[in-house]
Amino acid sequence: MSNAPQSSQGPALQNEGPVTRFFRATEINARMLGMLAALVLIWCVFDIASGILRGNFGGLLGGSFLTPRNLWTLLVQTSSIAIMSTGMVLLIVMRQLDLSVGSMLSLVAVSGAVLQVFKLVPVLGVGHPAIWIIAVVACIALGTLIGALNGAVVAYARIPAFIVTLGGLLAYSGLAFYLARGETVAPMDKTYEIFGGGITISWLGPFWSWLLAGVACAAIVFGIANGRRQRLRFKFPLRPMWAEVFLAALGTAAVLGTTLVMNSYPWPFKLIENYAKANNVVIPPGVEDRDGNAICMAGEQVVRCADGLIYYTGFSVPVLIAMVVGLLMTFLATRTMFGRYVYAIGGNPEAAELAGINTKFMIVKGFALMGALVGISSIISSARLNAATNALGGLNELYVIAATVIGGTSLAGGVGTIYGAMLGALMMQSIISGMSLLNLPAAFQNIVVGVVLVFAVYLDQLYSRRVK
Amino acid sequence: MAKTSAKKAASKKLVTPVKSRKTPLAVKGRGPYVKPDGRDTPLIEMRDISIAFGGIKAVDHASIDLYPGEVVGLLGHNGAGKSTLIKVLSGAYKRDHGQININGDEVTINNPRDAKALGIETIYQTLALADNVDAAANLYLGRELKTSFGTLDDVAMESEARKVMGRLNPNFRRFKEPVSKLSGGQRQSVAIARAIHFNARILIMDEPTAALGPQETAQVGELIKQLKDEGIGIFLISHDLHDVFDLADRLVVMKNGRVVGTANVKDVTKDEVLGMIIAGKCPKGAVPGPGALRDVAA
Repeated sequence: MSNAPQSSQGPALQNEGPVTRFFRATEINARMLGMLAALVLIWCVFDIASGILRGNFGGLLGGSFLTPRNLWTLLVQTSSIAIMSTGMVLLIVMRQLDLSVGSMLSLVAVSGAVLQVFKLVPVLGVGHPAIWIIAVVACIALGTLIGALNGAVVAYARIPAFIVTLGGLLAYSGLAFYLARGETVAPMDKTYEIFGGGITISWLGPFWSWLLAGVACAAIVFGIANGRRQRLRFKFPLRPMWAEVFLAALGTAAVLGTTLVMNSYPWPFKLIENYAKANNVVIPPGVEDRDGNAICMAGEQVVRCADGLIYYTGFSVPVLIAMVVGLLMTFLATRTMFGRYVYAIGGNPEAAELAGINTKFMIVKGFALMGALVGISSIISSARLNAATNALGGLNELYVIAATVIGGTSLAGGVGTIYGAMLGALMMQSIISGMSLLNLPAAFQNIVVGVVLVFAVYLDQLYSRRVK
Repeated sequence: MAKTSAKKAASKKLVTPVKSRKTPLAVKGRGPYVKPDGRDTPLIEMRDISIAFGGIKAVDHASIDLYPGEVVGLLGHNGAGKSTLIKVLSGAYKRDHGQININGDEVTINNPRDAKALGIETIYQTLALADNVDAAANLYLGRELKTSFGTLDDVAMESEARKVMGRLNPNFRRFKEPVSKLSGGQRQSVAIARAIHFNARILIMDEPTAALGPQETAQVGELIKQLKDEGIGIFLISHDLHDVFDLADRLVVMKNGRVVGTANVKDVTKDEVLGMIIAGKCPKGAVPGPGALRDVAA
């Protein structure tokens, strides 16, 4: 066994083509690559089409889709669904399902808003720093509690999750309506609003964004090097060196590219003007240019211009939250006992039970985690809207499940990844906002998302049949 | 050589009642006891176990026992209750009635965790593997190795898996693949590895050779002998009379949830055992249980 490292890749290695060898060496999932390719294709098509719509036949990058502004907004719009889809992955992997996340989001958001507006503000006064903290904690706690309730009924009363959460869908939205009395509850606390990414300085700015990117790149390189060292220590088969370098390069390039795009999105020019006036920043003189993103003084008037005072946003807060949630959930799914048990239960519930896993409590924990994530998403949604209504989470359950399934999670259980679901959410949001850019009627959006959902599962079936 | 003579001595004692027993057996229908190797306290003693599903008594006042280093074959038709009885021991089912003793002390087994904590390991007929995760994850399912940060120590688990699988199945290389992609024999060796890797005292093997070819079956036979020498008690559930006659020291036949009889393998013929399985007839060389046909037993 001690000289195993090379031979253990098996005799199959000899008669492999270069493509197969590439995938085996880099351990890149072909499915994942297909999804990324589809995403890039969708982006390019929308960009070219939106260019043509504006009379610009310049091809790629001539349209309004592949612009920092649109991509930045796209990520912000994706974050809420993406966060919830990470929890849905684990539930579906465990052969469960939560249809109540949309209603739960409405209920949690409305409860949080009622707490802020009608309970905390009269007692603490507007803008008290404790308000947003109490509201955030309350939203996450309430989400966890409702999720745990769903899970307990599923696990201990042995009612199928479909039924329990279908009941939840109706009950929680009714409760949200009752709590809000059908009204819109607003406004939110100013600090709380930062979670929505919609107001001034609800983003990192270029400096911190680059710093974060640097840390992420270092983490990628360290992770790959550490993995190699561990495998070396135990004399396991190693990836070829070129594959390691390729993976590290790919990871850092993705991080740096995303950061570059985020850092190229300027603040809205009106915001720059307000900020400059509030902070006594001198606005330089310049020539007016209606397409510019900076501001300058043309005589006594503040105008848009190409060169002048400009600020860039960098990563916005909801996107950061989504990234952190994605990382934590990936860690949970792949590096902890909880994650291992989730997948084992999905693969064979009976075997998991016989192995001594408390499957019932695992189901409760899975639903409670889903609830906590709904709590986080409800904070983002209500902060972004600066209000909460009982319709805030409408259809969200279906978008979340669609994103999860498009991302490669099998409804039969046992199979699914966090990053896949987040990519699925991004793909769905790309389609929705791409069609808005093309001025297509709103009705089309759901039609296309529906077709894409079915088509994605069809492709997945084809793929898994070929693999078998 | 010394071993075989000891066994002969043990089988001779069948004629005379055992006097040195510390815990007198108060189980109805229990006759003089087959005591191997002069050991007094059974490793496992399941007394008067009953379990019913709906109105059907799957196991009806059955009593069996097992001594250290002994292989007891459990035989019977489909639906005779042998798998159910053994699932009571492994914690998969909760008994309605009866008592389980280990080394003479009564123990509580309410779930698989309890059983494992007592050193009872099971290889199920269905293998009970999580198909979508790899061999190392299955090997350690439910008792994962952790790093000092409390996270899964996959590298250490894979390393151990390579060691134990290297002993059982030296040609096994597919450590990175989900076990659903492995062959029947490979899956079986993962299931066996999981049972023997954690210092089991009692091993339950439910049809361990059902999915195996002749060579792998021989390997399992070797393994059973090796585990026997280490003093592990083994319950062997099988349809295959040849397996039981080759590997077991003693056999227990069940029919309709009840024990037909117990016998040393040497004292009965295959035909007699078939008679026990099919008709419930207890031959002369066997100790009749409550499930035996009364007139024949008398």
